[in-house]
Amino acid sequence: MYETNFHSVSSPQEAEAILATATDAKILAGGQTLIPTMKQRLAAPSDVIDLSRAEGLRGVTITKRKVMGVIKADGGETVTIGAMTTHAEVAANAELAEVFPAMCRLAGNIGDPAVRHRGTIGGSVANNDPAADYPAALLALAATIHTNKREIAASDYFQGMFETALQEGEIITAVSFQAPAAGGYGKFPNPASRYAMAGVFVARSKDGAVRVAVTGAGENGVFRHAGLEAALTADYSANAVDGVEVSAEGLMSDLHGTAAYRANLIKVMAKRALA
Amino acid sequence: MKIAMTVNGKSVSRDVPDNTLLVEYIRDHLRLTGTHVGCDTSQCGACVVHVDGRAMKSCTMLAASASGAQVTTVEGLATSKDELHPMQVAFKENHGLQCGFCTPGMIMTATDMVARYQGQGKELTEEAIRHELEGNICRCTGYHNIVKSIVDGASKMTTA
Ligand SMILES: Cc1cc2nc3c(=O)[nH]c(=O)nc-3n(C[C@H](O)[C@H](O)[C@H](O)COP(=O)(O)OP(=O)(O)OC[C@H]3O[C@@H](n4cnc5c(N)ncnc54)[C@H](O)[C@@H]3O)c2cc1C
Ligand code: FES
Ligand code: FES
Repeated sequence: MYETNFHSVSSPQEAEAILATATDAKILAGGQTLIPTMKQRLAAPSDVIDLSRAEGLRGVTITKRKVMGVIKADGGETVTIGAMTTHAEVAANAELAEVFPAMCRLAGNIGDPAVRHRGTIGGSVANNDPAADYPAALLALAATIHTNKREIAASDYFQGMFETALQEGEIITAVSFQAPAAGGYGKFPNPASRYAMAGVFVARSKDGAVRVAVTGAGENGVFRHAGLEAALTADYSANAVDGVEVSAEGLMSDLHGTAAYRANLIKVMAKRALA
Repeated sequence: MKIAMTVNGKSVSRDVPDNTLLVEYIRDHLRLTGTHVGCDTSQCGACVVHVDGRAMKSCTMLAASASGAQVTTVEGLATSKDELHPMQVAFKENHGLQCGFCTPGMIMTATDMVARYQGQGKELTEEAIRHELEGNICRCTGYHNIVKSIVDGASKMTTA
């Protein structure tokens, strides 16, 4: 690993100040992507800014929808997850399990226990690995990415493999979404890396809109599948997936599987998401 | 930079470069060589230690990030030189190791999972153990005896 200067900060503002002045500083969240990359000398930040002691970036909050100060019985909940919340914390959050257990299950299947004890949702979303799990969830849930500067809709945020709308000096502080009426995630993990070879997140919002996001399979990162969305809008069931044509065009081919194999996996994972 | 933490109940402090990994701090600076390094891709789990009570890969963490933390390595599990931790006994009795290279990481992962499941009142089934071992690679045993060891160790940890 190349030399670097370590900073521990107590607030995102403090991190912002270092990002603005250091030559090439990087945020360090759980380090489960950044540290391996630095060890392989694929990254050589002049400075690393550890956010783990920064206040206000950790935890899951669920707020009920209120109309004129009265909590609605329809359960319109907004879920906000702080950027430094670990995968293990999301997986074990009892309140979240009540309003949307699929999100807890997704987090509980990322990597392995040690990765989940350190890796964070903010780091995963900032990194936007083309095979990561959270990007599919956030895109299907029409989530909002909150940064120190602005709020970004997931559809504008994820811009291809490792590409995001984040600008220099921008720090993710949280993500939020409306708990859907229904939703689930089907993931076929690569047996060696545990990342998705195809992961499909299906969500039906409380106003009836169905969104389907696919990770691990696309040549250009996470994407929505219009054909699956149309079929599931008409009939929200695993059977409806059968009639959908999933094209291999634009899907990844590598030593783990061909594009055609992944196209088939997408259908199988969509069904598992609905099971 | 000066990095201080508590390792196996003892306060330690060393002046090390900022880019020192926790595993380097433990092995090279504290000379506690029970914690192993089996890969450079964060996948094998030979380096697992507990940081503030949770299993983490010490090869995928800077020592500076553990500053002020309570760290437990495999050397810190046994209460004395003559009395092994129940999980260590279980690995010994169930032939849970062959070459032993993965064993420190296996045992630290095992004690973490048992504590977590017992804490949450969840049953640690054989299937759950296999899922929990996702991040620990063993090239010798074929895992069956490791799973058996953990089942046995878990029962002893309840009564301990
Ligand atoms: C063995 C292994 C298996 C894994 N399996 C999976 C898997 O199955 N599915 C999956 O989705 N992921 C998997 N991961 C990745 C894991 O989820 C990482 O935790 C995650 O991708 C990055 O999160 P982090 O908190 O560790 O971020 P870091 O590694 O600390 O940071 C990653 C990048 O994001 C930037 N960053 C971090 N936080 C912020 C922020 N708040 N604002 C702006 N930029 C930020 C950093 O500067 C860095 O560039 C795996 C990792 C390992 C080591
Ligand atoms: S040495 Fe840490 S995971 Fe292999
Ligand atoms: S006993 Fe040899 S690697 Fe596990």
